Amino acid sequence: MITLRSLHFSYHSGHPVFSDFNWSVNAGEMWAILGPSGCGKTTLLYILAGLRAPERGEVMIHNQRITRPRPQTGLILQDYGLLPWATVRDNVMLGLNLRRFYGPDGRHAPANDQARSRLPAVQRWLDRLGLTSVADRYPGQISGGQRQRAAIARTLVLEPDLLLMDEPFASLDAPTREGLQTLLLELRAEQNITTIIVTHAIEEAAFLGRKILALNRPPITEPVIVDNPHAGERNTPGYLDMCARLRSMLDSGAGAIRKSLRQAQL
Amino acid sequence: MKRRHVLLAVIVLVALWQLFALVVNKAMLPPPLAVARALARELPRDLGQHFAASALRVLGGLALSILLAVPAGLALGQSQRLNRLFSPFIYLLYPVPKVVLVPILLLFLGIGDAPKIAIIFLILFFQILVLVRDQAAAIRPELIQSVRSLGAGRRALFTYVYLPASLPAILTALRQSVGTAVAVLYIAELFATKYGLGYYIYINGTTYLDFPAMYAGVIAMSLLGLGMYFTVDWLEHKLCRWQFVS
Repeated sequence: MITLRSLHFSYHSGHPVFSDFNWSVNAGEMWAILGPSGCGKTTLLYILAGLRAPERGEVMIHNQRITRPRPQTGLILQDYGLLPWATVRDNVMLGLNLRRFYGPDGRHAPANDQARSRLPAVQRWLDRLGLTSVADRYPGQISGGQRQRAAIARTLVLEPDLLLMDEPFASLDAPTREGLQTLLLELRAEQNITTIIVTHAIEEAAFLGRKILALNRPPITEPVIVDNPHAGERNTPGYLDMCARLRSMLDSGAGAIRKSLRQAQL
Repeated sequence: MKRRHVLLAVIVLVALWQLFALVVNKAMLPPPLAVARALARELPRDLGQHFAASALRVLGGLALSILLAVPAGLALGQSQRLNRLFSPFIYLLYPVPKVVLVPILLLFLGIGDAPKIAIIFLILFFQILVLVRDQAAAIRPELIQSVRSLGAGRRALFTYVYLPASLPAILTALRQSVGTAVAVLYIAELFATKYGLGYYIYINGTTYLDFPAMYAGVIAMSLLGLGMYFTVDWLEHKLCRWQFVS
Protein backbone atom coordinates (compact mmCIF):
# COMPACT_ATOMS: atom_id res chain seq x y z
CA MET A 1 0.00 0.00 0.00
CA ILE A 2 2.80 2.41 0.97
CA THR A 3 6.16 2.39 -0.78
CA LEU A 4 9.02 4.76 -0.06
CA ARG A 5 11.74 4.73 -2.68
CA SER A 6 15.21 6.27 -2.26
CA LEU A 7 13.82 8.85 0.14
CA HIS A 8 16.14 11.71 0.98
CA PHE A 9 15.32 14.42 3.50
CA SER A 10 17.42 16.86 5.48
CA TYR A 11 16.65 19.75 7.79
CA HIS A 12 17.56 23.35 7.00
CA SER A 13 20.83 22.86 8.86
CA GLY A 14 21.86 20.46 6.10
CA HIS A 15 22.04 17.37 8.29
CA PRO A 16 20.43 14.51 6.43
CA VAL A 17 17.71 12.69 8.36
CA PHE A 18 16.87 10.11 5.71
CA SER A 19 19.29 9.12 3.03
CA ASP A 20 18.38 6.67 0.29
CA PHE A 21 15.73 5.21 2.58
CA ASN A 22 13.37 2.48 1.34
CA TRP A 23 10.41 1.10 3.22
CA SER A 24 7.07 -0.48 2.44
CA VAL A 25 3.83 -1.13 4.29
CA ASN A 26 1.10 -3.55 3.25
CA ALA A 27 -2.60 -2.75 3.48
CA GLY A 28 -4.18 -3.56 6.83
CA GLU A 29 -0.90 -3.63 8.77
CA MET A 30 -0.38 -2.06 12.18
CA TRP A 31 3.01 -0.39 12.49
CA ALA A 32 4.74 1.43 15.28
CA ILE A 33 7.65 3.72 14.48
CA LEU A 34 9.87 3.82 17.55
CA GLY A 35 12.78 6.10 18.23
CA PRO A 36 14.19 8.79 20.52
CA SER A 37 13.26 12.43 19.97
CA GLY A 38 15.05 14.02 17.05
CA CYS A 39 15.43 10.76 15.15
CA GLY A 40 13.14 11.89 12.33
CA LYS A 41 10.11 9.75 13.12
CA THR A 42 7.68 12.68 13.09
CA THR A 43 9.27 13.93 9.88
CA LEU A 44 8.66 10.54 8.30
CA LEU A 45 5.00 10.65 9.35
CA TYR A 46 4.56 14.19 7.96
CA ILE A 47 6.09 13.05 4.67
CA LEU A 48 3.58 10.19 4.54
CA ALA A 49 0.80 12.66 5.34
CA GLY A 50 1.86 14.85 2.41
CA LEU A 51 2.52 17.79 4.74
CA ARG A 52 6.24 17.76 4.06
CA ALA A 53 7.99 16.98 0.79
CA PRO A 54 11.12 14.85 0.54
CA GLU A 55 14.07 16.34 -1.32
CA ARG A 56 14.52 13.27 -3.44
CA GLY A 57 12.83 9.95 -3.82
CA GLU A 58 9.15 9.22 -3.92
CA VAL A 59 6.29 8.31 -1.65
CA MET A 60 3.61 6.13 -3.21
CA ILE A 61 0.32 5.32 -1.50
CA HIS A 62 -2.04 3.07 -3.46
CA ASN A 63 0.09 3.72 -6.56
CA GLN A 64 -0.49 7.42 -6.22
CA ARG A 65 2.47 9.73 -5.76
CA ILE A 66 2.08 11.88 -2.64
CA THR A 67 2.70 15.59 -3.13
CA ARG A 68 -0.05 17.01 -0.89
CA PRO A 69 -2.36 15.71 1.86
CA ARG A 70 -4.40 12.82 0.58
CA PRO A 71 -8.08 12.92 1.57
CA GLN A 72 -8.23 9.23 2.49
CA THR A 73 -5.38 9.57 4.99
CA GLY A 74 -6.26 10.44 8.59
CA LEU A 75 -3.72 12.21 10.82
CA ILE A 76 -3.88 12.41 14.61
CA LEU A 77 -1.37 14.48 16.56
CA GLN A 78 -0.33 14.66 20.19
CA ASP A 79 -1.92 18.05 20.74
CA TYR A 80 -5.29 16.92 19.31
CA GLY A 81 -5.59 19.74 16.77
CA LEU A 82 -9.15 20.57 17.82
CA LEU A 83 -10.59 24.00 17.09
CA PRO A 84 -10.90 25.66 20.53
CA TRP A 85 -13.88 27.78 19.39
CA ALA A 86 -15.95 24.83 18.16
CA THR A 87 -17.89 22.34 20.26
CA VAL A 88 -16.88 18.67 20.30
CA ARG A 89 -19.71 17.90 17.87
CA ASP A 90 -18.65 20.67 15.48
CA ASN A 91 -15.05 19.49 15.70
CA VAL A 92 -16.08 15.94 14.84
CA MET A 93 -18.05 17.36 11.89
CA LEU A 94 -15.15 19.52 10.71
CA GLY A 95 -13.79 17.07 8.13
CA LEU A 96 -17.26 16.55 6.63
CA ASN A 97 -17.83 20.31 6.54
CA LEU A 98 -14.53 20.81 4.74
CA ARG A 99 -15.55 18.19 2.18
CA ARG A 100 -18.86 19.89 1.61
CA PHE A 101 -17.01 23.22 1.35
CA TYR A 102 -14.98 21.94 -1.60
CA GLY A 103 -17.30 19.28 -2.97
CA PRO A 104 -15.94 15.94 -4.24
CA ASP A 105 -13.06 17.46 -6.23
CA GLY A 106 -10.54 14.62 -5.79
CA ARG A 107 -8.02 17.01 -4.23
CA HIS A 108 -9.52 18.05 -0.91
CA ALA A 109 -12.11 15.29 -0.81
CA PRO A 110 -12.27 11.92 -2.55
CA ALA A 111 -13.79 12.23 -6.01
CA ASN A 112 -16.66 9.89 -5.11
CA ASP A 113 -17.25 11.48 -1.72
CA GLN A 114 -20.76 11.67 -0.23
CA ALA A 115 -20.10 13.89 2.78
CA ARG A 116 -23.74 14.79 3.28
CA SER A 117 -24.84 11.18 3.57
CA ARG A 118 -22.29 10.64 6.33
CA LEU A 119 -23.68 13.26 8.72
CA PRO A 120 -25.56 10.60 10.78
CA ALA A 121 -22.16 8.94 11.27
CA VAL A 122 -21.13 11.92 13.43
CA GLN A 123 -23.59 10.89 16.14
CA ARG A 124 -22.60 7.24 15.75
CA TRP A 125 -18.94 8.05 16.33
CA LEU A 126 -19.74 10.35 19.24
CA ASP A 127 -21.62 7.42 20.79
CA ARG A 128 -18.95 4.86 19.97
CA LEU A 129 -16.22 6.95 21.60
CA GLY A 130 -18.32 7.94 24.62
CA LEU A 131 -18.48 11.62 23.70
CA THR A 132 -22.24 12.15 23.52
CA SER A 133 -22.44 13.67 27.00
CA VAL A 134 -19.76 16.27 26.15
CA ALA A 135 -20.79 16.85 22.51
CA ASP A 136 -21.87 20.43 23.17
CA ARG A 137 -18.84 21.39 25.26
CA TYR A 138 -15.73 23.14 24.00
CA PRO A 139 -12.33 21.38 23.95
CA GLY A 140 -11.16 23.56 26.84
CA GLN A 141 -13.88 22.07 29.03
CA ILE A 142 -13.09 18.36 28.60
CA SER A 143 -10.24 16.08 29.66
CA GLY A 144 -7.19 15.24 27.57
CA GLY A 145 -8.47 11.72 26.97
CA GLN A 146 -11.81 13.05 25.75
CA ARG A 147 -10.04 15.52 23.47
CA GLN A 148 -8.00 12.77 21.87
CA ARG A 149 -11.14 10.64 21.45
CA ALA A 150 -12.78 13.63 19.75
CA ALA A 151 -9.78 13.88 17.40
CA ILE A 152 -10.06 10.15 16.65
CA ALA A 153 -13.82 10.45 16.00
CA ARG A 154 -13.20 13.41 13.69
CA THR A 155 -10.76 11.35 11.66
CA LEU A 156 -12.70 8.07 11.59
CA VAL A 157 -15.95 9.72 10.52
CA LEU A 158 -14.20 10.39 7.20
CA GLU A 159 -13.63 6.63 6.74
CA PRO A 160 -9.87 6.82 6.05
CA ASP A 161 -7.97 3.83 4.67
CA LEU A 162 -4.73 4.96 6.31
CA LEU A 163 -4.37 6.30 9.84
CA LEU A 164 -1.21 8.16 10.85
CA MET A 165 -0.70 9.00 14.51
CA ASP A 166 2.08 11.10 16.02
CA GLU A 167 2.57 10.37 19.74
CA PRO A 168 -1.21 10.52 20.15
CA PHE A 169 -1.28 9.43 23.79
CA ALA A 170 1.97 10.97 25.06
CA SER A 171 0.39 13.72 27.13
CA LEU A 172 -2.21 11.52 28.83
CA ASP A 173 -2.00 9.87 32.24
CA ALA A 174 -1.23 6.13 32.31
CA PRO A 175 -4.75 4.68 32.84
CA THR A 176 -6.25 6.95 30.14
CA ARG A 177 -3.37 6.13 27.81
CA GLU A 178 -3.77 2.38 28.24
CA GLY A 179 -7.54 2.65 27.77
CA LEU A 180 -7.08 4.53 24.51
CA GLN A 181 -4.40 2.13 23.29
CA THR A 182 -6.82 -0.77 23.77
CA LEU A 183 -9.61 1.23 22.10
CA LEU A 184 -7.32 1.94 19.16
CA LEU A 185 -6.62 -1.77 18.63
CA GLU A 186 -10.38 -2.49 18.78
CA LEU A 187 -11.25 0.26 16.31
CA ARG A 188 -8.47 -0.82 13.99
CA ALA A 189 -9.71 -4.41 14.00
CA GLU A 190 -13.28 -3.21 13.32
CA GLN A 191 -12.38 -0.84 10.50
CA ASN A 192 -9.34 -2.68 9.13
CA ILE A 193 -7.43 0.55 8.63
CA THR A 194 -3.74 0.48 7.85
CA THR A 195 -2.25 2.26 10.85
CA ILE A 196 1.14 3.80 11.58
CA ILE A 197 1.76 5.19 15.04
CA VAL A 198 4.86 7.16 15.95
CA THR A 199 6.02 6.85 19.54
CA HIS A 200 9.07 7.26 21.74
CA ALA A 201 7.62 4.89 24.35
CA ILE A 202 8.93 1.34 24.13
CA GLU A 203 5.90 -0.11 25.95
CA GLU A 204 3.53 1.59 23.53
CA ALA A 205 5.39 0.30 20.48
CA ALA A 206 5.46 -3.23 21.94
CA PHE A 207 1.73 -3.16 22.73
CA LEU A 208 0.47 -1.55 19.52
CA GLY A 209 2.93 -2.37 16.74
CA ARG A 210 2.48 -5.69 15.00
CA LYS A 211 5.53 -4.50 13.11
CA ILE A 212 7.97 -2.04 14.60
CA LEU A 213 10.21 0.27 12.62
CA ALA A 214 13.07 1.25 14.92
CA LEU A 215 14.82 4.49 14.10
CA ASN A 216 17.97 5.65 15.78
CA ARG A 217 20.38 8.45 15.19
CA PRO A 218 20.10 10.05 11.75
CA PRO A 219 21.03 9.76 8.96
CA ILE A 220 18.80 6.75 8.55
CA THR A 221 19.65 4.70 5.54
CA GLU A 222 17.94 1.37 5.96
CA PRO A 223 14.85 0.36 7.89
CA VAL A 224 15.32 -1.75 11.01
CA ILE A 225 12.13 -3.78 11.29
CA VAL A 226 11.09 -5.93 14.23
CA ASP A 227 8.27 -8.41 13.88
CA ASN A 228 6.14 -8.39 17.03
CA PRO A 229 3.78 -11.35 17.39
CA HIS A 230 2.99 -10.19 20.93
CA ALA A 231 1.18 -7.00 19.90
CA GLY A 232 -2.01 -6.51 21.91
CA GLU A 233 -0.57 -8.33 24.93
CA ARG A 234 0.29 -6.55 28.13
CA ASN A 235 2.60 -7.95 30.80
CA THR A 236 2.96 -11.38 29.20
CA PRO A 237 6.50 -12.82 29.05
CA GLY A 238 6.55 -12.28 25.27
CA TYR A 239 5.60 -8.63 25.68
CA LEU A 240 8.22 -8.09 28.39
CA ASP A 241 10.88 -9.75 26.24
CA MET A 242 9.94 -7.50 23.33
CA CYS A 243 10.22 -4.42 25.55
CA ALA A 244 13.65 -5.52 26.76
CA ARG A 245 14.80 -6.15 23.22
CA LEU A 246 13.57 -2.80 21.93
CA ARG A 247 15.17 -1.06 24.90
CA SER A 248 18.57 -2.58 24.25
CA MET A 249 18.27 -1.64 20.58
CA LEU A 250 17.56 1.98 21.37
CA ASP A 251 20.21 2.21 24.06
CA SER A 252 23.05 1.04 21.92
CA GLY A 253 22.69 3.09 18.76
CA ALA A 254 22.33 2.27 15.11
CA GLY A 255 25.29 -0.10 14.80
CA ALA A 256 24.18 -2.14 17.76
CA ILE A 257 20.67 -2.50 16.35
CA ARG A 258 22.00 -4.49 13.46
CA LYS A 259 24.07 -6.59 15.83
CA SER A 260 21.17 -7.40 18.09
CA LEU A 261 19.05 -8.24 15.07
CA ARG A 262 21.70 -10.65 13.86
CA GLN A 263 21.73 -12.25 17.28
CA ALA A 264 17.98 -12.52 17.26
CA GLN A 265 18.09 -14.29 13.96
CA LEU A 266 20.66 -16.84 15.17
CA MET B 1 -19.08 41.90 36.33
CA LYS B 2 -22.73 41.95 37.29
CA ARG B 3 -25.26 44.31 35.76
CA ARG B 4 -26.43 45.27 39.26
CA HIS B 5 -22.94 46.51 40.14
CA VAL B 6 -22.69 48.62 36.99
CA LEU B 7 -26.05 50.21 37.78
CA LEU B 8 -24.89 50.92 41.33
CA ALA B 9 -21.75 52.62 39.98
CA VAL B 10 -23.93 54.84 37.75
CA ILE B 11 -26.00 55.90 40.77
CA VAL B 12 -22.89 56.68 42.83
CA LEU B 13 -21.38 58.77 40.01
CA VAL B 14 -24.60 60.77 39.52
CA ALA B 15 -24.80 61.35 43.28
CA LEU B 16 -21.19 62.63 43.34
CA TRP B 17 -21.99 64.95 40.43
CA GLN B 18 -25.01 66.31 42.31
CA LEU B 19 -22.82 66.86 45.37
CA PHE B 20 -20.16 68.75 43.41
CA ALA B 21 -22.83 70.86 41.69
CA LEU B 22 -24.20 71.87 45.11
CA VAL B 23 -20.74 72.68 46.45
CA VAL B 24 -19.55 74.63 43.38
CA ASN B 25 -22.93 76.28 42.85
CA LYS B 26 -22.08 77.96 39.54
CA ALA B 27 -23.72 78.00 36.09
CA MET B 28 -20.76 76.13 34.59
CA LEU B 29 -21.56 73.01 36.66
CA PRO B 30 -25.34 72.42 36.41
CA PRO B 31 -26.83 69.58 38.49
CA PRO B 32 -27.66 66.24 36.77
CA LEU B 33 -31.40 66.93 36.68
CA ALA B 34 -30.95 70.19 34.71
CA VAL B 35 -28.70 68.37 32.22
CA ALA B 36 -31.19 65.51 31.92
CA ARG B 37 -33.90 68.05 31.12
CA ALA B 38 -31.67 69.72 28.52
CA LEU B 39 -30.86 66.31 27.03
CA ALA B 40 -34.56 65.43 26.73
CA ARG B 41 -35.31 68.85 25.22
CA GLU B 42 -32.38 68.98 22.77
CA LEU B 43 -32.24 65.36 21.62
CA PRO B 44 -35.30 65.53 19.31
CA ARG B 45 -33.97 68.85 17.95
CA ASP B 46 -30.33 69.74 17.11
CA LEU B 47 -28.56 67.30 19.41
CA GLY B 48 -30.08 64.27 17.68
CA GLN B 49 -28.69 65.43 14.32
CA HIS B 50 -25.27 66.09 15.79
CA PHE B 51 -25.32 62.68 17.46
CA ALA B 52 -26.24 60.99 14.18
CA ALA B 53 -23.43 62.82 12.35
CA SER B 54 -20.85 61.75 14.93
CA ALA B 55 -22.13 58.18 15.08
CA LEU B 56 -21.98 57.84 11.30
CA ARG B 57 -18.38 59.06 11.27
CA VAL B 58 -17.31 56.62 13.98
CA LEU B 59 -19.14 53.70 12.40
CA GLY B 60 -17.77 54.59 8.96
CA GLY B 61 -14.20 54.69 10.26
CA LEU B 62 -14.81 51.49 12.19
CA ALA B 63 -16.21 49.61 9.19
CA LEU B 64 -13.42 50.80 6.92
CA SER B 65 -10.68 49.82 9.35
CA ILE B 66 -12.13 46.35 10.00
CA LEU B 67 -12.58 45.78 6.27
CA LEU B 68 -8.94 46.65 5.51
CA ALA B 69 -7.05 45.72 8.68
CA VAL B 70 -8.44 42.21 9.20
CA PRO B 71 -7.40 40.78 5.80
CA ALA B 72 -4.06 42.62 6.02
CA GLY B 73 -3.44 41.32 9.55
CA LEU B 74 -4.34 37.77 8.53
CA ALA B 75 -2.03 37.97 5.52
CA LEU B 76 0.88 39.26 7.62
CA GLY B 77 0.21 36.69 10.33
CA GLN B 78 0.26 33.83 7.83
CA SER B 79 3.32 34.85 5.86
CA GLN B 80 6.61 35.46 7.60
CA ARG B 81 8.02 36.95 4.42
CA LEU B 82 5.29 39.59 4.13
CA ASN B 83 5.60 40.32 7.83
CA ARG B 84 9.37 40.80 7.58
CA LEU B 85 8.76 43.26 4.76
CA PHE B 86 6.08 45.32 6.49
CA SER B 87 6.84 45.08 10.19
CA PRO B 88 9.47 47.90 10.20
CA PHE B 89 6.86 50.25 8.74
CA ILE B 90 4.24 49.18 11.27
CA TYR B 91 6.84 49.46 14.03
CA LEU B 92 7.46 53.09 13.08
CA LEU B 93 3.88 54.15 12.34
CA TYR B 94 2.02 52.34 15.12
CA PRO B 95 3.19 54.57 18.01
CA VAL B 96 2.73 57.87 16.14
CA PRO B 97 -0.12 59.72 17.92
CA LYS B 98 -2.59 59.89 15.05
CA VAL B 99 -4.41 62.91 16.49
CA VAL B 100 -1.56 65.19 15.38
CA LEU B 101 -2.47 64.25 11.81
CA VAL B 102 -5.88 65.98 12.08
CA PRO B 103 -4.70 69.33 10.63
CA ILE B 104 -2.91 67.57 7.77
CA LEU B 105 -5.95 65.45 6.97
CA LEU B 106 -8.10 68.59 7.00
CA LEU B 107 -5.74 70.24 4.52
CA PHE B 108 -5.80 67.27 2.19
CA LEU B 109 -9.36 66.01 2.55
CA GLY B 110 -11.04 69.36 3.11
CA ILE B 111 -14.23 69.90 5.09
CA GLY B 112 -16.97 67.34 5.47
CA ASP B 113 -16.92 63.78 6.73
CA ALA B 114 -13.84 62.45 4.90
CA PRO B 115 -11.09 63.76 7.23
CA LYS B 116 -13.06 62.69 10.35
CA ILE B 117 -13.58 59.17 9.04
CA ALA B 118 -9.95 59.06 7.92
CA ILE B 119 -8.55 59.91 11.37
CA ILE B 120 -10.72 57.28 13.07
CA PHE B 121 -9.68 54.80 10.41
CA LEU B 122 -5.99 55.53 11.03
CA ILE B 123 -6.30 54.96 14.77
CA LEU B 124 -8.31 51.75 14.53
CA PHE B 125 -6.48 50.34 11.52
CA PHE B 126 -3.12 49.93 13.27
CA GLN B 127 -4.66 48.60 16.48
CA ILE B 128 -6.63 45.92 14.63
CA LEU B 129 -3.80 45.14 12.22
CA VAL B 130 -1.25 44.48 14.96
CA LEU B 131 -3.54 42.40 17.17
CA VAL B 132 -4.95 40.31 14.31
CA ARG B 133 -1.46 39.76 12.89
CA ASP B 134 -0.12 38.56 16.24
CA GLN B 135 -3.11 36.32 16.84
CA ALA B 136 -2.89 34.77 13.38
CA ALA B 137 0.85 34.20 13.85
CA ALA B 138 0.25 32.59 17.25
CA ILE B 139 -2.00 29.82 15.89
CA ARG B 140 -0.18 26.60 16.68
CA PRO B 141 1.25 24.91 13.59
CA GLU B 142 -0.12 21.58 14.82
CA LEU B 143 -3.65 22.97 14.53
CA ILE B 144 -3.00 24.12 10.97
CA GLN B 145 -1.42 20.78 10.05
CA SER B 146 -4.25 18.69 11.40
CA VAL B 147 -6.91 20.82 9.70
CA ARG B 148 -4.91 20.59 6.46
CA SER B 149 -4.78 16.83 6.87
CA LEU B 150 -8.60 16.83 6.98
CA GLY B 151 -8.54 18.32 3.49
CA ALA B 152 -8.41 22.08 4.08
CA GLY B 153 -6.68 24.22 1.48
CA ARG B 154 -5.93 27.92 1.78
CA ARG B 155 -9.53 29.07 1.37
CA ALA B 156 -10.92 26.65 3.95
CA LEU B 157 -8.10 27.42 6.39
CA PHE B 158 -9.06 31.08 6.16
CA THR B 159 -12.76 30.37 6.78
CA TYR B 160 -12.45 27.63 9.39
CA VAL B 161 -9.26 28.56 11.23
CA TYR B 162 -7.75 31.99 10.67
CA LEU B 163 -10.94 34.04 10.73
CA PRO B 164 -12.52 32.48 13.84
CA ALA B 165 -9.13 32.45 15.57
CA SER B 166 -8.72 36.19 15.04
CA LEU B 167 -12.23 37.22 16.09
CA PRO B 168 -11.17 37.72 19.73
CA ALA B 169 -8.27 39.90 18.51
CA ILE B 170 -10.60 42.04 16.39
CA LEU B 171 -12.94 42.56 19.33
CA THR B 172 -10.07 43.27 21.74
CA ALA B 173 -8.71 45.86 19.31
CA LEU B 174 -12.13 47.50 19.10
CA ARG B 175 -12.55 47.46 22.86
CA GLN B 176 -9.16 49.12 23.31
CA SER B 177 -9.64 51.76 20.66
CA VAL B 178 -13.30 52.85 20.45
CA GLY B 179 -12.69 55.19 23.39
CA THR B 180 -9.69 56.78 21.69
CA ALA B 181 -11.64 56.98 18.45
CA VAL B 182 -14.45 58.98 20.05
CA ALA B 183 -11.92 61.25 21.80
CA VAL B 184 -10.15 62.00 18.55
CA LEU B 185 -13.49 62.51 16.82
CA TYR B 186 -14.16 65.30 19.32
CA ILE B 187 -10.92 67.02 18.31
CA ALA B 188 -11.62 66.51 14.62
CA GLU B 189 -15.12 67.96 14.94
CA LEU B 190 -13.78 71.19 16.37
CA PHE B 191 -12.60 72.14 12.90
CA ALA B 192 -14.29 72.83 9.59
CA THR B 193 -17.73 71.45 10.34
CA LYS B 194 -21.14 72.54 11.60
CA TYR B 195 -22.24 69.02 12.52
CA GLY B 196 -21.12 66.57 15.13
CA LEU B 197 -21.06 66.35 18.90
CA GLY B 198 -17.59 67.94 19.10
CA TYR B 199 -18.89 71.04 17.39
CA TYR B 200 -22.09 71.02 19.47
CA ILE B 201 -20.23 70.81 22.79
CA TYR B 202 -17.74 73.47 21.78
CA ILE B 203 -20.26 75.99 20.43
CA ASN B 204 -22.62 75.66 23.42
CA GLY B 205 -19.77 75.97 25.88
CA THR B 206 -17.99 78.95 24.30
CA THR B 207 -20.39 80.93 22.11
CA TYR B 208 -23.92 80.35 23.45
CA LEU B 209 -22.79 79.68 27.03
CA ASP B 210 -25.72 77.24 27.30
CA PHE B 211 -24.08 75.00 29.89
CA PRO B 212 -26.90 72.45 30.37
CA ALA B 213 -26.89 71.93 26.58
CA MET B 214 -23.10 71.62 26.58
CA TYR B 215 -23.28 68.95 29.29
CA ALA B 216 -26.06 67.20 27.34
CA GLY B 217 -23.58 67.05 24.45
CA VAL B 218 -20.91 65.61 26.74
CA ILE B 219 -23.38 62.97 27.94
CA ALA B 220 -24.38 62.19 24.35
CA MET B 221 -20.74 61.73 23.35
CA SER B 222 -20.12 59.51 26.38
CA LEU B 223 -23.17 57.46 25.46
CA LEU B 224 -21.80 57.06 21.95
CA GLY B 225 -18.54 55.65 23.33
CA LEU B 226 -20.31 53.54 25.94
CA GLY B 227 -22.80 52.19 23.42
CA MET B 228 -19.99 50.99 21.19
CA TYR B 229 -18.13 49.53 24.15
CA PHE B 230 -21.23 47.62 25.26
CA THR B 231 -21.82 46.40 21.70
CA VAL B 232 -18.29 45.02 21.53
CA ASP B 233 -18.87 43.31 24.89
CA TRP B 234 -22.11 41.79 23.66
CA LEU B 235 -20.53 40.63 20.40
CA GLU B 236 -17.69 39.03 22.30
CA HIS B 237 -20.08 36.98 24.42
CA LYS B 238 -22.11 36.12 21.36
CA LEU B 239 -19.30 35.22 18.95
CA CYS B 240 -16.58 34.00 21.31
CA ARG B 241 -18.67 31.97 23.72
CA TRP B 242 -15.85 29.45 24.09
CA GLN B 243 -13.71 32.05 25.86
CA PHE B 244 -16.24 32.53 28.64
CA VAL B 245 -16.87 28.92 29.61
CA SER B 246 -14.96 27.46 32.50
